[in-house]
Amino acid sequence: MITNPTGRLTQGQFSFLPDLTDEQISAQIKWALAHGWAVSIEYTDDPHPRNTYWEMFGLPMFDLKDPAAILMEVNEARKTFPDYYIRVMAFNSTRGVESPAMSFIVNRPTNEPGFGLSRQEGHGREIRYGFHSYAADKPEGERY
Amino acid sequence: MDNNGSGQITDAAERYKSGVIPYKKMGYWDADYVPKETDVIALFRLTPQPGVDPEEAAAAVAGESSTATWTVVWTDRLTAAELYRAKAYRVDLVPNTGPGTNIEAQYFAYIAYDLDLFEEGSIANLTASIIGNVFGFKAVKALRLEDMRLPVAYLKTFQGPATGIIVERERLDKFGRPILGATVKPKLGLSGRNYGRVVYEALKGGLDFTKDDENINSQPFMHWRDRFLYSMEAVNRATATTGEVKGHYLNVTAGTMEAIYERAEFAKSLGSVIVMIDLVIGYTAIQSMAKWARDNSMILHLHRAGHGTYTRQKNHGINFRVISKWMRMAGVDHIHAGTIVGKLEGDPNMVRGFYDILREPHNEVNLERGIFFDQPWASLKKVMPVASGGIHAGQMHQLVHYLGEDVVLQFGGGTIGHPMGVQAGATANRVALEAMIMARNEGRDYLNEGPKILDDAAKTCAPLRAALDTWKDITFNYASTDTPDFVPTTTGSI
Repeated sequence: MITNPTGRLTQGQFSFLPDLTDEQISAQIKWALAHGWAVSIEYTDDPHPRNTYWEMFGLPMFDLKDPAAILMEVNEARKTFPDYYIRVMAFNSTRGVESPAMSFIVNRPTNEPGFGLSRQEGHGREIRYGFHSYAADKPEGERY
Repeated sequence: MDNNGSGQITDAAERYKSGVIPYKKMGYWDADYVPKETDVIALFRLTPQPGVDPEEAAAAVAGESSTATWTVVWTDRLTAAELYRAKAYRVDLVPNTGPGTNIEAQYFAYIAYDLDLFEEGSIANLTASIIGNVFGFKAVKALRLEDMRLPVAYLKTFQGPATGIIVERERLDKFGRPILGATVKPKLGLSGRNYGRVVYEALKGGLDFTKDDENINSQPFMHWRDRFLYSMEAVNRATATTGEVKGHYLNVTAGTMEAIYERAEFAKSLGSVIVMIDLVIGYTAIQSMAKWARDNSMILHLHRAGHGTYTRQKNHGINFRVISKWMRMAGVDHIHAGTIVGKLEGDPNMVRGFYDILREPHNEVNLERGIFFDQPWASLKKVMPVASGGIHAGQMHQLVHYLGEDVVLQFGGGTIGHPMGVQAGATANRVALEAMIMARNEGRDYLNEGPKILDDAAKTCAPLRAALDTWKDITFNYASTDTPDFVPTTTGSI
């Protein structure tokens, strides 16, 4: 089990807070929509800190402006992948930004085994580090 | 002989007769001058010596920061001297100074410089002109460089920030909230092994970054290699136990450029995402490191060590907003720029002005925030301001309100001084931040409801409760020495 104070993966904006309720998720979606950002849902069973590309649960919802409809998509993703990490993201296309503006986790596996740290010792006490997700030992789709 | 209305002597033979003539008459004052789009403009706060005409003092500053010397030289006539002369073109009495006040008269003097006076891509060259000689000049009693307008054509000759806010966030995988950091304390005396302990605890507890302090380089109690090795062990351990990207600003400041590069290369070989330098290494060294950082995919943190010696006094020195502009051009990714609520100097409006300069694609004139010029940034990347010095979790609502989202909030004492330990201190800060961002996004009046939001978050977080109780009454309410000088009804400059 992960031993940091939360006992879980701390990526995203709200991992140190209790799990978000549907109402709280809706409020965050409204914030994104109010700024004209496109909301997107992504999922993975490989939450390595350098795994940038989680799978997309459909394209970013550029044209969907209804928070309730977006929340339905979130819940659809949770139903489809109940034991995966799922994050809600918002993309800001403004010139000079053109990058994610939000990212928070809305679903997690019940058991989060965390990561091992491998050390390869080199010259002059230099160490090369690697992170290894215990869950990723199993094949894709069977990890949690 | 004053026959063009500007005070300049236009008859060439008369103008270049050997001897000493006033700067105004030499051609460094032209009230009718309209700055070109490609001119560099400098705004000085000028206190003339008693009896010196402010226009003459401004002309003297223009002269000494461009082509002039104390006497007439015939060799000017071998050059396109008219072009190379900087032109003082406007002098305004600073509001609330001069007759009827208890402060001697000060003037805002506007001086325009042709682009050809400067070498491309060199802060050293720019500053050698603008602040090179004039600050010790006898004709002015005191002089302060308040602001500059840098033309787009000139900005395009600078690399700008190696990484910038957007790419930094993408690399760190951290969006939609301020970044959290802490400076390891005590800043001197810890062994490498003990030092790394603080790094590990703080990062595991929830911070994104920890930081070397400005004066931790390679002293007898801890040589730099040890600090780097133990700190990176701590960073990687914390990354493994959180699943989150973490970093430690390894200070590569050293006595020679060769040593700086050696340390930076070692930091790179250890997989660090960020290195740090101090402002005191100098403008050229900073630009060299900005280039190195761009070439090596490294974030470059700048600690503004030493700036208080020349930025703090209102009548003499350089305003920090000018340093902010130079550092954005020089190419750093992070710079300490004030906290508003913490222990270090900073009038709220002025600090917000610094943040605007560092983060906005375009600054409009905003006299309240001390921004005198319209300044497009020509797509130079944005610098992440760092708020550090006497801030704690109980101020989170104010910090988010005043400083916004693109900022590193650095809680040194506010993490390491926590009664339950470093890890708990870090957790308190992270929980406070996440709760405040959530409340803000929910549309709540988080500035006024801040204490309540924090109290509620503390119900499920004992470390936050302890932090709030420990520091609940800590504020630093001193009058700022540097405040904006403007009368709200005056119109903007240029």
